[in-house]
Amino acid sequence: MDSLRIICPNGHLGFAPLRVESFRLGVAARPGCIAADSGSDDVGPIPLGTDTSTSPLAWQTQDLEYMLAASRQLDVPMIIGSAGDTGANSRVDLYVQIIKELAAKHRLPRFKVGYFYSEVGKEDLRFRMRAGETVAGLEAHQALTEAELDATERIVAMAGVHPFIALLRQGADVIIGGRSSDSCVFAAPAIHHGFPENHAYYLGKVLECASFCAEPYGGKETVLGEITADGVEVTAMHPAQRCTVASVAGHAMYERSNPYFEHVAGGTLDMSECRYEQVAEKTTRITGAKFKPAAEFRVKLEGAGKIGERYVGMVGIRDPYTIAHVDEVMGWARQQVRERFGDTGYELHYTVYGRDGIMGELEPLRHRPGHELCILVQGVAPTAAMAEEVCMTGTRQMFYARLPDVKGSAGSVAFALDEVLRASPAYRWTLNHTLRCDDPLELFPTHMTTAGG
Amino acid sequence: MAATGTKKLSELAKTIRSKNAGVDLITFDIIFSDRATYERVKRARVLTRESVQRLYGLAPGRISDFVEFDPANAIKFTIYRLRPSGGPGDPDIFGAQQYAPLLDIEVPDA
Repeated sequence: MDSLRIICPNGHLGFAPLRVESFRLGVAARPGCIAADSGSDDVGPIPLGTDTSTSPLAWQTQDLEYMLAASRQLDVPMIIGSAGDTGANSRVDLYVQIIKELAAKHRLPRFKVGYFYSEVGKEDLRFRMRAGETVAGLEAHQALTEAELDATERIVAMAGVHPFIALLRQGADVIIGGRSSDSCVFAAPAIHHGFPENHAYYLGKVLECASFCAEPYGGKETVLGEITADGVEVTAMHPAQRCTVASVAGHAMYERSNPYFEHVAGGTLDMSECRYEQVAEKTTRITGAKFKPAAEFRVKLEGAGKIGERYVGMVGIRDPYTIAHVDEVMGWARQQVRERFGDTGYELHYTVYGRDGIMGELEPLRHRPGHELCILVQGVAPTAAMAEEVCMTGTRQMFYARLPDVKGSAGSVAFALDEVLRASPAYRWTLNHTLRCDDPLELFPTHMTTAGG
Repeated sequence: MAATGTKKLSELAKTIRSKNAGVDLITFDIIFSDRATYERVKRARVLTRESVQRLYGLAPGRISDFVEFDPANAIKFTIYRLRPSGGPGDPDIFGAQQYAPLLDIEVPDA
């Protein structure tokens, strides 16, 4: 095989539907593989913690249906990573089930569905920690303690190319992956077909977010990547989009702390010597990427831990004197919560829109609030009843705040809703860590089943 | 008012954006359409580790990376969040609206 072409119709499949026109053009180019990633930690820790998707089932199903129909028609592999936003085991099972139902619906001839799980058991991790293994913190996270492990609800490990390649070797026609590095969803088939790792990982890097590597800006459009022994070419499929040197190089920066390096299980893609060249109107060629295998095989872990049940409330303020003293208004309400519940055992958060609601402590203009403010109140506590009362007290008591020189003595805030509303439970990221593994597949058990027929 | 010969960064840049880079970091990209504008902003030294630290009131050590990325005519920096994304009280779980203070940076004429 001299080259392999892969189309990517969507970055984070399910989060918003793929666009059909450019997908059809991509399929018409007869790619050798159709692949997409379906997850992200951007959606916050709640879906992983509660074992749910944030994407609607209808959108997930629709995109899987387009991809499955095209891949079976072309008889080329379809590969999905990070099933169902989180890549948790229940999400992998959900996607495998969707594939089976779609195969029956379309009366597709029998085909092989490979899948792998990514969840890591808490007791498995505890056992490794007690055996002396350090679960090292990434970025702002410290090394994992057993207390943080205890506070964690669910953990997924981030797969590299390895389980995908294992399933391709077993002849999978469709692969549903647990949590995976986006780029590896595309790098795996390229490596499986014998293309150099240097270019394979770059191919994955450039394709992972679909048309985010094209211009003008427009997400969810299909792009086509082609790998050879010498480099990668990427082409926009939408009639109005192009992959340019600027758009492709610009994409290397997206969502990365550093535009030169991409870390995956087993190594690092070094893009510092990349060369970009416009080879056709819609196509840019990239050479010079280097994949550097890691000295030690470490896998990233993500974990979410529950803080408590949550209610939210909302108030508005228009009086300029009250706006100037809004900290005292919130302080009064917080004091009433404290008198009822004490200092700990709950959380009460105020977000002051019109002052620093979006940027918090980073806001340079927080000393110049607007002429009206909206305050979002969040009460978090172990039980729903307590969270409701924390939030209700923290919201309603702002109405009774005691400011010495206020003219309006009939109520310090405006209510659009005189109630507090139940929100999703509050979770936090407990794990953003790495774990050493002896075997690249040990955290990612693979399975094979069939669909259709 | 911009002083004579100066322009705001928002007039010079094609893209000014912020976004999560994992759960602990927010990364900022300032991308220019052409090499000359990019070089002008670099030469002006108005967008540096120090200026960003001042603009956002960051404690030393909050900036994890600061890169002038020639292949994309872009300046990029990354900061640590005080708490991971998506916890209660985090008002921007994607980190997508943290770039606004950059828009008004005054860039002197070349």
